Amino acid sequence: MAGSSFRKPSILPGFGLTLGFTTFFLSALVLLPLAALVLRTASLSWHDFLQILLDERAVASYRLSFGAALLAAFVNAVFGFIVAWSLVRYDFPGRRLLDALIDLPFALPTAVSGIALAAVFSPTGWLGQKLALAGVQVAYTWIGVVVALILIGMPFVVRSVQPALVEVQRDLEEAAETLGANPWQVFRRIILPAVLPALLTGFTLALARGVGEYGSVVFISGNLPFKTEITPLLIVIKLEQFDYDGAAALGFIMLLISFAMLFAINLVQTWGRRRQVAVAR
Amino acid sequence: MAGLPRNVEPRRRVSHVMRLGRVALIGVAVAFVGLLLIAPLGAVMAQALAQGVAAYLGSFADPDTRAAIRLTLITAAIAVPANTIFGICAAWAIAKFEFRGKSLLVTLIDLPFAVSPVIAGLVFIMLFGAHGWFGPWLQERDIQIVFAVPGIVLATIFVTFPYVARELIPLMQQQGSDEEEAAITLGAGAWVTFLRVTLPKIRWGLLYGVILCNARAMGEFGAVSVVSGHIRGLTNTMPLHVEILYNEYDFVAAFAVASLLALLAMVTLVIKSVVEWRAGRRAG
Repeated sequence: MAGSSFRKPSILPGFGLTLGFTTFFLSALVLLPLAALVLRTASLSWHDFLQILLDERAVASYRLSFGAALLAAFVNAVFGFIVAWSLVRYDFPGRRLLDALIDLPFALPTAVSGIALAAVFSPTGWLGQKLALAGVQVAYTWIGVVVALILIGMPFVVRSVQPALVEVQRDLEEAAETLGANPWQVFRRIILPAVLPALLTGFTLALARGVGEYGSVVFISGNLPFKTEITPLLIVIKLEQFDYDGAAALGFIMLLISFAMLFAINLVQTWGRRRQVAVAR
Repeated sequence: MAGLPRNVEPRRRVSHVMRLGRVALIGVAVAFVGLLLIAPLGAVMAQALAQGVAAYLGSFADPDTRAAIRLTLITAAIAVPANTIFGICAAWAIAKFEFRGKSLLVTLIDLPFAVSPVIAGLVFIMLFGAHGWFGPWLQERDIQIVFAVPGIVLATIFVTFPYVARELIPLMQQQGSDEEEAAITLGAGAWVTFLRVTLPKIRWGLLYGVILCNARAMGEFGAVSVVSGHIRGLTNTMPLHVEILYNEYDFVAAFAVASLLALLAMVTLVIKSVVEWRAGRRAG
Protein backbone atom coordinates (compact mmCIF):
# COMPACT_ATOMS: atom_id res chain seq x y z
CA MET A 1 0.00 0.00 0.00
CA ALA A 2 1.14 3.52 -0.71
CA GLY A 3 0.26 4.71 2.76
CA SER A 4 2.36 2.10 4.55
CA SER A 5 5.55 4.11 4.27
CA PHE A 6 3.76 7.25 5.42
CA ARG A 7 2.50 5.79 8.70
CA LYS A 8 3.07 2.77 10.85
CA PRO A 9 0.20 0.28 10.73
CA SER A 10 -2.28 0.33 13.59
CA ILE A 11 -5.58 -1.42 14.19
CA LEU A 12 -7.17 1.78 15.49
CA PRO A 13 -9.67 3.44 13.16
CA GLY A 14 -10.12 7.06 12.18
CA PHE A 15 -6.63 8.03 11.02
CA GLY A 16 -7.72 9.36 7.63
CA LEU A 17 -10.73 11.22 8.98
CA THR A 18 -9.05 12.88 11.96
CA LEU A 19 -5.78 13.75 10.23
CA GLY A 20 -7.70 14.97 7.17
CA PHE A 21 -9.92 17.23 9.26
CA THR A 22 -6.97 18.47 11.33
CA THR A 23 -4.97 19.36 8.24
CA PHE A 24 -7.94 21.02 6.56
CA PHE A 25 -8.93 23.09 9.59
CA LEU A 26 -5.33 24.11 10.24
CA SER A 27 -4.75 25.09 6.62
CA ALA A 28 -7.98 27.03 6.21
CA LEU A 29 -7.92 28.93 9.49
CA VAL A 30 -4.24 29.41 10.29
CA LEU A 31 -1.92 28.69 7.36
CA LEU A 32 -3.95 30.33 4.60
CA PRO A 33 -4.41 33.61 6.50
CA LEU A 34 -0.71 33.67 7.44
CA ALA A 35 0.18 33.01 3.79
CA ALA A 36 -1.98 35.98 2.77
CA LEU A 37 0.11 38.24 5.01
CA VAL A 38 3.41 36.85 3.73
CA LEU A 39 2.42 37.18 0.08
CA ARG A 40 1.06 40.67 0.58
CA THR A 41 4.46 41.66 1.96
CA ALA A 42 6.24 39.84 -0.86
CA SER A 43 4.37 42.03 -3.36
CA LEU A 44 6.16 45.10 -1.99
CA SER A 45 9.38 46.24 -3.61
CA TRP A 46 12.57 45.98 -1.55
CA HIS A 47 12.80 49.71 -1.47
CA ASP A 48 9.30 50.22 -0.10
CA PHE A 49 9.69 47.36 2.34
CA LEU A 50 12.90 48.77 3.82
CA GLN A 51 11.50 52.26 3.91
CA ILE A 52 8.57 51.07 6.03
CA LEU A 53 10.80 49.01 8.32
CA LEU A 54 13.46 51.66 8.87
CA ASP A 55 11.03 54.50 9.31
CA GLU A 56 11.99 56.44 12.42
CA ARG A 57 8.67 55.94 14.14
CA ALA A 58 8.79 52.18 13.47
CA VAL A 59 12.33 51.89 14.82
CA ALA A 60 11.31 53.75 17.99
CA SER A 61 8.45 51.28 18.40
CA TYR A 62 10.76 48.25 18.07
CA ARG A 63 13.03 49.72 20.68
CA LEU A 64 10.15 50.11 23.13
CA SER A 65 8.53 46.75 22.36
CA PHE A 66 11.79 44.81 22.68
CA GLY A 67 13.33 46.83 25.47
CA ALA A 68 10.22 46.67 27.62
CA ALA A 69 9.63 42.96 26.90
CA LEU A 70 13.25 42.15 27.70
CA LEU A 71 13.22 44.12 30.94
CA ALA A 72 9.88 42.61 31.96
CA ALA A 73 11.18 39.09 31.23
CA PHE A 74 14.24 39.77 33.42
CA VAL A 75 12.10 41.04 36.29
CA ASN A 76 9.89 37.97 35.91
CA ALA A 77 12.88 35.64 35.85
CA VAL A 78 13.96 36.98 39.25
CA PHE A 79 10.62 37.43 40.98
CA GLY A 80 8.95 34.52 39.19
CA PHE A 81 11.71 32.31 40.54
CA ILE A 82 11.10 33.58 44.06
CA VAL A 83 7.37 32.95 43.70
CA ALA A 84 7.96 29.44 42.33
CA TRP A 85 10.47 28.76 45.09
CA SER A 86 8.07 29.86 47.82
CA LEU A 87 5.27 27.75 46.34
CA VAL A 88 7.39 24.61 46.02
CA ARG A 89 9.58 24.78 49.11
CA TYR A 90 7.59 26.54 51.81
CA ASP A 91 4.28 25.93 53.46
CA PHE A 92 2.43 29.04 54.50
CA PRO A 93 -1.18 30.09 54.91
CA GLY A 94 -2.71 30.96 51.55
CA ARG A 95 -0.19 28.99 49.53
CA ARG A 96 -2.86 27.20 47.48
CA LEU A 97 -4.69 30.45 46.82
CA LEU A 98 -1.46 32.09 45.69
CA ASP A 99 -0.74 29.12 43.44
CA ALA A 100 -4.19 29.28 41.85
CA LEU A 101 -3.87 33.06 41.33
CA ILE A 102 -0.67 32.71 39.28
CA ASP A 103 -2.72 31.66 36.24
CA LEU A 104 -4.89 34.77 36.46
CA PRO A 105 -3.09 36.58 33.59
CA PHE A 106 -3.88 33.56 31.37
CA ALA A 107 -7.58 33.78 32.20
CA LEU A 108 -8.09 37.52 32.60
CA PRO A 109 -8.90 39.34 29.34
CA THR A 110 -6.03 41.65 28.43
CA ALA A 111 -8.30 44.67 28.15
CA VAL A 112 -9.37 44.14 31.76
CA SER A 113 -5.80 43.91 33.04
CA GLY A 114 -5.05 47.00 30.96
CA ILE A 115 -7.70 49.26 32.46
CA ALA A 116 -7.13 47.75 35.91
CA LEU A 117 -3.41 48.59 35.81
CA ALA A 118 -4.23 52.06 34.54
CA ALA A 119 -6.59 52.49 37.49
CA VAL A 120 -3.93 51.39 39.97
CA PHE A 121 -0.99 53.30 38.50
CA SER A 122 -2.55 56.43 36.99
CA PRO A 123 -1.57 59.65 38.81
CA THR A 124 -4.98 59.57 40.53
CA GLY A 125 -4.88 55.83 41.26
CA TRP A 126 -4.10 54.60 44.77
CA LEU A 127 -0.57 53.48 44.00
CA GLY A 128 0.05 56.06 41.28
CA GLN A 129 -0.66 58.85 43.78
CA LYS A 130 1.99 57.59 46.18
CA LEU A 131 4.51 57.06 43.39
CA ALA A 132 3.79 60.56 42.07
CA LEU A 133 4.78 61.97 45.45
CA ALA A 134 8.08 60.14 45.08
CA GLY A 135 8.43 61.67 41.61
CA VAL A 136 7.86 58.44 39.69
CA GLN A 137 5.24 58.27 37.00
CA VAL A 138 4.32 54.79 35.82
CA ALA A 139 1.16 55.23 33.78
CA TYR A 140 1.57 56.78 30.32
CA THR A 141 5.36 56.25 30.35
CA TRP A 142 7.57 53.36 29.27
CA ILE A 143 7.54 52.11 32.86
CA GLY A 144 3.82 51.44 32.48
CA VAL A 145 4.54 49.29 29.43
CA VAL A 146 7.05 47.27 31.44
CA VAL A 147 4.60 46.84 34.34
CA ALA A 148 1.89 45.53 31.97
CA LEU A 149 4.34 43.09 30.39
CA ILE A 150 5.51 41.84 33.81
CA LEU A 151 1.89 41.04 34.64
CA ILE A 152 1.33 39.23 31.34
CA GLY A 153 4.59 37.27 31.47
CA MET A 154 4.64 36.22 35.12
CA PRO A 155 2.79 32.88 34.82
CA PHE A 156 5.12 31.71 32.03
CA VAL A 157 8.17 31.89 34.31
CA VAL A 158 6.46 30.55 37.45
CA ARG A 159 4.81 27.65 35.63
CA SER A 160 8.06 26.71 33.85
CA VAL A 161 10.22 26.82 36.99
CA GLN A 162 7.80 25.11 39.41
CA PRO A 163 8.05 21.54 38.03
CA ALA A 164 11.84 21.90 37.63
CA LEU A 165 12.21 22.93 41.28
CA VAL A 166 10.19 19.89 42.36
CA GLU A 167 12.68 17.73 40.47
CA VAL A 168 15.78 19.17 42.16
CA GLN A 169 17.40 16.44 44.21
CA ARG A 170 17.11 17.43 47.84
CA ASP A 171 19.75 14.93 48.92
CA LEU A 172 22.32 16.78 46.82
CA GLU A 173 21.47 20.01 48.61
CA GLU A 174 21.67 18.32 51.97
CA ALA A 175 24.97 16.71 51.06
CA ALA A 176 26.34 20.12 50.09
CA GLU A 177 25.08 21.63 53.35
CA THR A 178 26.67 18.81 55.32
CA LEU A 179 29.93 19.46 53.52
CA GLY A 180 29.77 23.04 54.71
CA ALA A 181 28.31 24.93 51.75
CA ASN A 182 26.46 28.11 52.64
CA PRO A 183 22.95 28.76 51.27
CA TRP A 184 24.29 30.95 48.47
CA GLN A 185 26.73 28.23 47.34
CA VAL A 186 23.94 25.62 47.38
CA PHE A 187 21.78 27.90 45.26
CA ARG A 188 24.59 28.80 42.88
CA ARG A 189 26.07 25.31 42.41
CA ILE A 190 23.11 22.95 42.76
CA ILE A 191 19.73 24.62 42.42
CA LEU A 192 20.43 27.15 39.68
CA PRO A 193 22.09 24.68 37.26
CA ALA A 194 19.17 22.27 37.74
CA VAL A 195 16.46 24.82 36.97
CA LEU A 196 18.36 26.93 34.44
CA PRO A 197 16.79 25.36 31.31
CA ALA A 198 13.29 25.81 32.77
CA LEU A 199 14.09 29.37 33.80
CA LEU A 200 15.38 30.16 30.31
CA THR A 201 12.27 28.60 28.74
CA GLY A 202 10.04 30.70 30.96
CA PHE A 203 12.10 33.80 30.20
CA THR A 204 11.83 33.26 26.43
CA LEU A 205 8.10 32.49 26.60
CA ALA A 206 7.50 35.67 28.60
CA LEU A 207 9.66 37.65 26.17
CA ALA A 208 7.82 36.27 23.13
CA ARG A 209 4.46 37.05 24.67
CA GLY A 210 5.59 40.53 25.71
CA VAL A 211 6.83 41.54 22.28
CA GLY A 212 3.44 40.84 20.72
CA GLU A 213 1.22 41.97 23.59
CA TYR A 214 -1.36 44.62 22.79
CA GLY A 215 -4.48 44.72 24.99
CA SER A 216 -2.96 45.19 28.40
CA VAL A 217 -0.41 47.74 27.18
CA VAL A 218 -2.46 50.24 25.22
CA PHE A 219 -4.45 51.46 28.22
CA ILE A 220 -1.46 52.23 30.41
CA SER A 221 1.11 53.31 27.83
CA GLY A 222 -0.35 56.63 26.71
CA ASN A 223 0.46 55.74 23.08
CA LEU A 224 2.61 58.71 22.18
CA PRO A 225 4.38 58.25 18.82
CA PHE A 226 8.17 57.86 19.23
CA LYS A 227 7.78 57.61 23.00
CA THR A 228 5.25 55.08 24.26
CA GLU A 229 4.03 53.46 21.08
CA ILE A 230 4.56 49.69 20.82
CA THR A 231 4.91 47.98 17.42
CA PRO A 232 1.55 46.15 17.52
CA LEU A 233 -0.15 49.49 18.13
CA LEU A 234 1.68 51.02 15.18
CA ILE A 235 0.26 48.23 13.00
CA VAL A 236 -3.24 49.01 14.23
CA ILE A 237 -2.71 52.71 13.51
CA LYS A 238 -1.50 51.95 9.98
CA LEU A 239 -4.59 49.82 9.39
CA GLU A 240 -6.84 52.62 10.62
CA GLN A 241 -5.15 54.91 8.10
CA PHE A 242 -5.76 52.29 5.36
CA ASP A 243 -1.99 51.89 4.97
CA TYR A 244 -2.27 48.15 4.28
CA ASP A 245 1.26 47.87 2.85
CA GLY A 246 2.75 49.41 5.96
CA ALA A 247 0.69 47.18 8.26
CA ALA A 248 1.61 44.08 6.24
CA ALA A 249 5.34 44.84 6.28
CA LEU A 250 5.44 45.46 10.03
CA GLY A 251 3.21 42.45 10.62
CA PHE A 252 5.52 40.29 8.54
CA ILE A 253 8.54 41.33 10.58
CA MET A 254 6.73 40.60 13.83
CA LEU A 255 5.77 37.20 12.42
CA LEU A 256 9.42 36.46 11.62
CA ILE A 257 10.42 37.47 15.14
CA SER A 258 7.73 35.17 16.58
CA PHE A 259 9.09 32.28 14.52
CA ALA A 260 12.62 33.03 15.68
CA MET A 261 11.51 33.00 19.32
CA LEU A 262 9.56 29.77 18.81
CA PHE A 263 12.74 28.30 17.41
CA ALA A 264 14.76 29.62 20.35
CA ILE A 265 12.31 28.08 22.82
CA ASN A 266 12.63 24.72 21.06
CA LEU A 267 16.41 24.97 21.18
CA VAL A 268 16.40 25.78 24.89
CA GLN A 269 14.09 22.86 25.61
CA THR A 270 16.18 20.40 23.59
CA TRP A 271 19.29 21.65 25.35
CA GLY A 272 17.60 21.23 28.73
CA ARG A 273 16.57 17.65 27.93
CA ARG A 274 20.08 16.74 26.76
CA ARG A 275 21.57 18.23 29.90
CA GLN A 276 19.14 16.33 32.05
CA VAL A 277 20.13 13.08 30.34
CA ALA A 278 23.82 13.94 30.76
CA VAL A 279 23.33 14.67 34.47
CA ALA A 280 21.36 11.45 34.97
CA ARG A 281 24.26 9.45 33.57
CA MET B 1 -0.21 20.20 35.23
CA ALA B 2 -0.75 18.11 38.28
CA GLY B 3 -1.62 19.67 41.60
CA LEU B 4 1.02 20.89 43.97
CA PRO B 5 2.88 18.20 45.80
CA ARG B 6 2.32 18.39 49.50
CA ASN B 7 5.24 20.12 51.13
CA VAL B 8 6.30 17.73 53.79
CA GLU B 9 9.38 19.41 55.04
CA PRO B 10 11.32 17.42 57.57
CA ARG B 11 11.27 19.20 60.87
CA ARG B 12 14.96 19.59 61.04
CA ARG B 13 16.70 22.33 62.92
CA VAL B 14 16.61 25.38 60.74
CA SER B 15 19.08 28.09 61.49
CA HIS B 16 17.95 31.58 62.35
CA VAL B 17 19.27 32.94 59.06
CA MET B 18 17.38 30.36 57.03
CA ARG B 19 14.16 31.15 58.86
CA LEU B 20 14.62 34.84 58.22
CA GLY B 21 15.36 34.16 54.56
CA ARG B 22 12.26 32.05 54.29
CA VAL B 23 10.01 34.76 55.70
CA ALA B 24 11.65 37.32 53.41
CA LEU B 25 11.20 35.19 50.29
CA ILE B 26 7.56 34.41 51.04
CA GLY B 27 7.01 38.10 51.72
CA VAL B 28 8.54 39.08 48.38
CA ALA B 29 6.48 36.44 46.55
CA VAL B 30 3.22 37.52 48.16
CA ALA B 31 3.96 41.22 47.61
CA PHE B 32 4.84 40.64 43.95
CA VAL B 33 1.67 38.68 43.24
CA GLY B 34 -0.44 40.98 45.37
CA LEU B 35 0.80 44.10 43.63
CA LEU B 36 0.44 42.74 40.10
CA LEU B 37 -2.61 40.52 40.36
CA ILE B 38 -4.69 41.26 43.42
CA ALA B 39 -4.44 45.06 43.37
CA PRO B 40 -5.69 45.33 39.76
CA LEU B 41 -8.57 42.94 40.49
CA GLY B 42 -9.49 45.03 43.52
CA ALA B 43 -9.25 48.18 41.43
CA VAL B 44 -11.75 46.75 38.91
CA MET B 45 -14.30 46.06 41.64
CA ALA B 46 -13.68 49.36 43.43
CA GLN B 47 -14.11 51.40 40.25
CA ALA B 48 -17.18 49.44 39.15
CA LEU B 49 -18.86 50.07 42.50
CA ALA B 50 -17.54 53.63 42.90
CA GLN B 51 -21.02 55.13 42.56
CA GLY B 52 -22.94 52.42 44.34
CA VAL B 53 -24.62 49.17 43.47
CA ALA B 54 -27.49 50.86 41.64
CA ALA B 55 -25.15 52.60 39.20
CA TYR B 56 -23.23 49.34 38.77
CA LEU B 57 -26.34 47.34 37.91
CA GLY B 58 -27.72 50.21 35.85
CA SER B 59 -24.81 50.02 33.44
CA PHE B 60 -26.01 46.62 32.29
CA ALA B 61 -29.32 48.10 31.16
CA ASP B 62 -27.61 49.91 28.29
CA PRO B 63 -28.70 48.22 25.02
CA ASP B 64 -25.17 48.53 23.56
CA THR B 65 -23.74 46.71 26.58
CA ARG B 66 -26.34 43.98 26.18
CA ALA B 67 -25.53 43.70 22.48
CA ALA B 68 -21.83 43.36 23.36
CA ILE B 69 -22.56 40.61 25.88
CA ARG B 70 -24.74 38.83 23.31
CA LEU B 71 -22.06 39.02 20.60
CA THR B 72 -19.41 37.70 22.97
CA LEU B 73 -21.63 34.74 23.86
CA ILE B 74 -22.39 34.02 20.19
CA THR B 75 -18.71 34.21 19.25
CA ALA B 76 -17.69 31.82 22.00
CA ALA B 77 -20.60 29.51 21.13
CA ILE B 78 -19.14 29.09 17.64
CA ALA B 79 -15.40 29.25 18.30
CA VAL B 80 -15.24 26.94 21.33
CA PRO B 81 -17.11 23.94 19.82
CA ALA B 82 -15.19 24.36 16.54
CA ASN B 83 -11.85 24.23 18.34
CA THR B 84 -13.02 21.42 20.61
CA ILE B 85 -13.86 19.20 17.63
CA PHE B 86 -10.59 20.18 16.01
CA GLY B 87 -8.65 19.53 19.21
CA ILE B 88 -10.10 16.05 19.65
CA CYS B 89 -9.42 15.13 16.00
CA ALA B 90 -5.87 16.47 16.15
CA ALA B 91 -5.14 14.69 19.43
CA TRP B 92 -6.53 11.40 18.09
CA ALA B 93 -4.46 11.57 14.91
CA ILE B 94 -1.29 12.66 16.71
CA ALA B 95 -1.47 10.56 19.88
CA LYS B 96 -2.78 7.31 18.40
CA PHE B 97 -0.75 7.05 15.20
CA GLU B 98 2.84 7.30 14.05
CA PHE B 99 3.25 9.14 10.77
CA ARG B 100 5.74 11.28 8.96
CA GLY B 101 5.63 15.00 9.59
CA LYS B 102 4.01 14.65 13.01
CA SER B 103 6.33 17.00 14.85
CA LEU B 104 5.84 19.61 12.13
CA LEU B 105 2.08 19.29 12.57
CA VAL B 106 2.39 19.77 16.34
CA THR B 107 4.54 22.87 15.84
CA LEU B 108 2.04 24.31 13.35
CA ILE B 109 -0.86 23.75 15.74
CA ASP B 110 1.02 25.77 18.39
CA LEU B 111 1.69 28.60 15.94
CA PRO B 112 -1.24 30.86 16.92
CA PHE B 113 0.17 31.04 20.48
CA ALA B 114 3.40 32.53 19.16
CA VAL B 115 1.73 35.15 16.99
CA SER B 116 0.81 38.61 18.30
CA PRO B 117 -2.97 39.05 18.61
CA VAL B 118 -2.74 42.05 16.31
CA ILE B 119 -1.20 39.85 13.60
CA ALA B 120 -4.02 37.33 14.15
CA GLY B 121 -6.48 40.04 13.15
CA LEU B 122 -4.29 41.50 10.43
CA VAL B 123 -4.06 38.23 8.48
CA PHE B 124 -7.84 38.12 8.05
CA ILE B 125 -7.84 41.66 6.71
CA MET B 126 -5.20 40.59 4.19
CA LEU B 127 -7.47 37.69 3.24
CA PHE B 128 -10.99 39.14 3.30
CA GLY B 129 -10.53 42.93 3.46
CA ALA B 130 -11.42 45.19 0.51
CA HIS B 131 -7.81 44.95 -0.73
CA GLY B 132 -7.36 41.35 0.34
CA TRP B 133 -7.20 38.14 -1.70
CA PHE B 134 -10.92 37.44 -1.64
CA GLY B 135 -11.94 41.08 -1.16
CA PRO B 136 -13.13 41.86 -4.71
CA TRP B 137 -14.88 38.49 -5.02
CA LEU B 138 -16.71 39.04 -1.73
CA GLN B 139 -17.61 42.61 -2.63
CA GLU B 140 -19.24 41.51 -5.89
CA ARG B 141 -21.43 39.17 -3.92
CA ASP B 142 -22.05 41.71 -1.17
CA ILE B 143 -20.66 39.45 1.54
CA GLN B 144 -18.96 41.16 4.46
CA ILE B 145 -16.48 39.20 6.55
CA VAL B 146 -14.08 41.68 8.14
CA PHE B 147 -15.61 44.56 10.10
CA ALA B 148 -18.54 42.19 10.68
CA VAL B 149 -19.41 39.23 12.88
CA PRO B 150 -17.82 36.49 10.68
CA GLY B 151 -14.43 38.21 10.94
CA ILE B 152 -14.74 38.39 14.73
CA VAL B 153 -15.52 34.68 14.87
CA LEU B 154 -12.63 33.79 12.54
CA ALA B 155 -10.10 35.86 14.50
CA THR B 156 -11.36 34.30 17.74
CA ILE B 157 -10.98 30.79 16.33
CA PHE B 158 -7.44 31.69 15.25
CA VAL B 159 -6.27 32.85 18.68
CA THR B 160 -7.97 30.01 20.58
CA PHE B 161 -6.95 27.38 18.04
CA PRO B 162 -4.35 25.39 20.08
CA TYR B 163 -6.01 25.31 23.53
CA VAL B 164 -7.92 22.01 23.41
CA ALA B 165 -5.45 20.18 21.16
CA ARG B 166 -2.54 21.21 23.36
CA GLU B 167 -4.23 19.92 26.50
CA LEU B 168 -5.25 16.60 24.93
CA ILE B 169 -2.17 15.60 22.89
CA PRO B 170 0.23 14.99 25.81
CA LEU B 171 -2.54 13.46 27.90
CA MET B 172 -3.54 10.94 25.22
CA GLN B 173 0.09 10.18 24.37
CA GLN B 174 0.78 9.42 27.99
CA GLN B 175 -2.30 7.21 28.34
CA GLY B 176 -1.33 5.06 25.34
CA SER B 177 -3.82 3.13 23.22
CA ASP B 178 -3.86 -0.35 24.75
CA GLU B 179 -7.43 -0.03 25.97
CA GLU B 180 -8.67 1.31 22.62
CA GLU B 181 -6.89 -1.52 20.81
CA ALA B 182 -8.51 -4.04 23.13
CA ALA B 183 -11.96 -2.55 22.49
CA ILE B 184 -11.48 -2.65 18.71
CA THR B 185 -10.16 -6.23 18.86
CA LEU B 186 -13.22 -7.22 20.87
CA GLY B 187 -15.39 -5.89 18.06
CA ALA B 188 -16.40 -2.41 19.26
CA GLY B 189 -16.95 0.17 16.54
CA ALA B 190 -14.81 3.28 16.19
CA TRP B 191 -17.42 5.64 17.61
CA VAL B 192 -18.31 3.39 20.51
CA THR B 193 -14.62 2.98 21.33
CA PHE B 194 -14.14 6.73 21.42
CA LEU B 195 -17.25 7.42 23.50
CA ARG B 196 -16.93 4.55 25.96
CA VAL B 197 -13.16 4.09 26.26
CA THR B 198 -11.30 7.27 25.29
CA LEU B 199 -13.71 10.00 26.37
CA PRO B 200 -13.97 8.90 30.02
CA LYS B 201 -10.18 8.83 30.20
CA ILE B 202 -9.68 12.31 28.82
CA ARG B 203 -12.74 14.13 30.18
CA TRP B 204 -10.93 16.23 32.81
CA GLY B 205 -8.22 17.27 30.40
CA LEU B 206 -10.86 18.04 27.82
CA LEU B 207 -12.85 20.15 30.28
CA TYR B 208 -9.68 22.04 31.22
CA GLY B 209 -8.85 22.76 27.57
CA VAL B 210 -12.43 23.85 26.84
CA ILE B 211 -12.66 26.30 29.75
CA LEU B 212 -9.29 27.88 28.90
CA CYS B 213 -10.38 28.12 25.27
CA ASN B 214 -13.64 29.71 26.36
CA ALA B 215 -11.96 32.24 28.64
CA ARG B 216 -9.68 33.38 25.83
CA ALA B 217 -12.52 33.36 23.28
CA MET B 218 -14.68 35.63 25.44
CA GLY B 219 -11.81 37.85 26.47
CA GLU B 220 -9.82 38.27 23.26
CA PHE B 221 -9.11 41.92 22.57
CA GLY B 222 -6.28 42.59 20.10
CA ALA B 223 -7.25 40.24 17.27
CA VAL B 224 -10.94 41.06 17.50
CA SER B 225 -10.22 44.76 17.75
CA VAL B 226 -8.43 44.74 14.39
CA VAL B 227 -11.22 42.99 12.48
CA SER B 228 -14.27 44.35 14.27
CA GLY B 229 -14.70 47.85 12.89
CA HIS B 230 -16.03 48.91 16.32
CA ILE B 231 -19.65 49.46 15.36
CA ARG B 232 -21.57 50.00 18.59
CA GLY B 233 -24.34 47.50 19.14
CA LEU B 234 -23.28 45.49 16.08
CA THR B 235 -19.65 44.42 16.07
CA ASN B 236 -18.61 45.18 19.63
CA THR B 237 -17.67 42.32 21.89
CA MET B 238 -17.42 42.81 25.66
CA PRO B 239 -13.68 43.60 25.74
CA LEU B 240 -14.08 46.08 22.88
CA HIS B 241 -17.04 47.66 24.64
CA VAL B 242 -14.88 48.06 27.74
CA GLU B 243 -12.41 50.02 25.65
CA ILE B 244 -15.07 52.30 24.14
CA LEU B 245 -16.65 53.05 27.51
CA TYR B 246 -13.24 53.65 29.06
CA ASN B 247 -12.19 56.05 26.32
CA GLU B 248 -15.48 57.93 26.80
CA TYR B 249 -14.60 58.32 30.49
CA ASP B 250 -17.67 56.29 31.44
CA PHE B 251 -15.59 54.53 34.07
CA VAL B 252 -18.39 52.94 36.10
CA ALA B 253 -19.82 51.23 33.01
CA ALA B 254 -16.38 50.28 31.66
CA PHE B 255 -15.34 48.67 34.94
CA ALA B 256 -18.80 47.10 35.37
CA VAL B 257 -18.41 45.23 32.06
CA ALA B 258 -14.78 44.49 33.00
CA SER B 259 -15.96 43.05 36.32
CA LEU B 260 -18.07 40.50 34.41
CA LEU B 261 -14.98 39.47 32.46
CA ALA B 262 -12.94 39.32 35.67
CA LEU B 263 -15.64 37.12 37.16
CA LEU B 264 -15.35 34.86 34.13
CA ALA B 265 -11.59 34.63 34.76
CA MET B 266 -12.13 33.77 38.44
CA VAL B 267 -14.66 31.07 37.57
CA THR B 268 -12.19 29.69 35.01
CA LEU B 269 -9.48 29.52 37.68
CA VAL B 270 -11.81 27.79 40.14
CA ILE B 271 -12.82 25.15 37.57
CA LYS B 272 -9.17 24.72 36.68
CA SER B 273 -8.21 24.14 40.32
CA VAL B 274 -11.03 21.62 40.74
CA VAL B 275 -9.97 19.78 37.57
CA GLU B 276 -6.34 19.66 38.72
CA TRP B 277 -7.38 18.44 42.13
CA ARG B 278 -9.47 15.64 40.58
CA ALA B 279 -6.72 14.72 38.13
CA GLY B 280 -4.19 14.68 40.99
CA ARG B 281 -6.44 12.45 43.06
CA ARG B 282 -6.92 10.04 40.17
CA ALA B 283 -3.20 9.83 39.54
CA GLY B 284 -2.37 9.46 43.22
